[in-house]
Amino acid sequence: MFRWMVQRDLTLAWRRRADVMSTLFFFVIVVSLFPLSIGPETQLLRSIAPGVVWVAALLASMLSLGRLFANDYQDGTLEQMLLTPQPLYLIVLAKVLASWLVSGVPLALMSPILGLQFGLPGNSLSVLVLSLILGTPVLALIGSIGAALTLGLRGAGVLIALLVLPLYIPVLIFGAGAVDASINGVSAQANLSLLGAVLAIAFVFSPWATSAALRISLE
Amino acid sequence: MLEAINLECIRGDRRLFRNINFALRPGEFLQLTGPNGSGKTSLLRMMSGLLAPAGGDIRWNGANIRSLGEEYSATITYLGHRPAIKEELTALENLRVASALHGTEISDSDARNTLGKMGLDGRESLPVRLLSEGQKRRVALARLVVCNTSLWLLDEVLSALDKTAVSLVVSLIENHLGNGGMAVVATHQDIHLSASSFQRLELAS
Repeated sequence: MFRWMVQRDLTLAWRRRADVMSTLFFFVIVVSLFPLSIGPETQLLRSIAPGVVWVAALLASMLSLGRLFANDYQDGTLEQMLLTPQPLYLIVLAKVLASWLVSGVPLALMSPILGLQFGLPGNSLSVLVLSLILGTPVLALIGSIGAALTLGLRGAGVLIALLVLPLYIPVLIFGAGAVDASINGVSAQANLSLLGAVLAIAFVFSPWATSAALRISLE
Repeated sequence: MLEAINLECIRGDRRLFRNINFALRPGEFLQLTGPNGSGKTSLLRMMSGLLAPAGGDIRWNGANIRSLGEEYSATITYLGHRPAIKEELTALENLRVASALHGTEISDSDARNTLGKMGLDGRESLPVRLLSEGQKRRVALARLVVCNTSLWLLDEVLSALDKTAVSLVVSLIENHLGNGGMAVVATHQDIHLSASSFQRLELAS
């Protein structure tokens, strides 16, 4: 069942490629605007790089949240998901996994190229990718709670941002902190471990919270 | 057996109905009628477990359906207004995903046979977006054939269907009742069933 759900969401994403690409392009363009506007000051660019890339990743992941449940809600598929004999927890987890594969992973894979624009050294680029690989699933997991709570509301997009962005702060601090540490020649391990811990907590609790929110939204 | 005891429904600040009582035994059929906005859909959603009743109890074999949870979900098929069909997927993919979600994985050829029975021969591999409203409805109804559940909850399933499709649905329901299944259907149209037990519940506005 889990495999079917993931496969279904990936197929749907493939047939609506434009949506997925827009998230990625948003990320690329926002990050690229900074070096263009600041100019070739390597030292300054290096010091702002972690923050800029991470804030852009946060905003890009907000873009994909609106789609997570809204389409399934509109055509009634979500009702059917609530009425299956499968635990809703697993269904939510499958949907979040699929959404991360099409929106989070491409961001992480694209980030070294963007990091080069800021003159990041090689080992910082690998820390950047690693921090995004650990951090973007947390963004998707926490975001799913907001998406479920605002289902079917008007102006849901703004409301999701207000609900979810404050919860993203720890991820932002640890993620940007890890890259920052590696630029300054300190070990990034502490920040990455904390990011991993946040991922473990989000993995356990957020699908459960999302399931509860979905049941309320669909009553 | 499905029992409803003193059901009450409040949506917003309006009471849609109260004191609804009925019992449905294997092989029995219940038709819900009533004007628009009288609570037919709300009653069906309560029976499916999606909506909590404002008062009263719904019991399946004596146990409250909300305490049964997923065990109860495994015994029902609910088809709502919204067809739960993905426009980007083909009819075949829609049916196979829906049945996998319901815990019965079916093979490609089973799915093709079922869609053929529903009169969708040759259209199995088209994106559902390209099908007509009635054909989309048929794809949704194909779920009834593959999911082996004992209670069917059908909300306005006959709308947008032509005569052949209506008689197809009626024969599906008759077959289901004959095998000891139960069906609750909300509809304005008359359904002519040869079932022995035909109950009708009229909701007032």
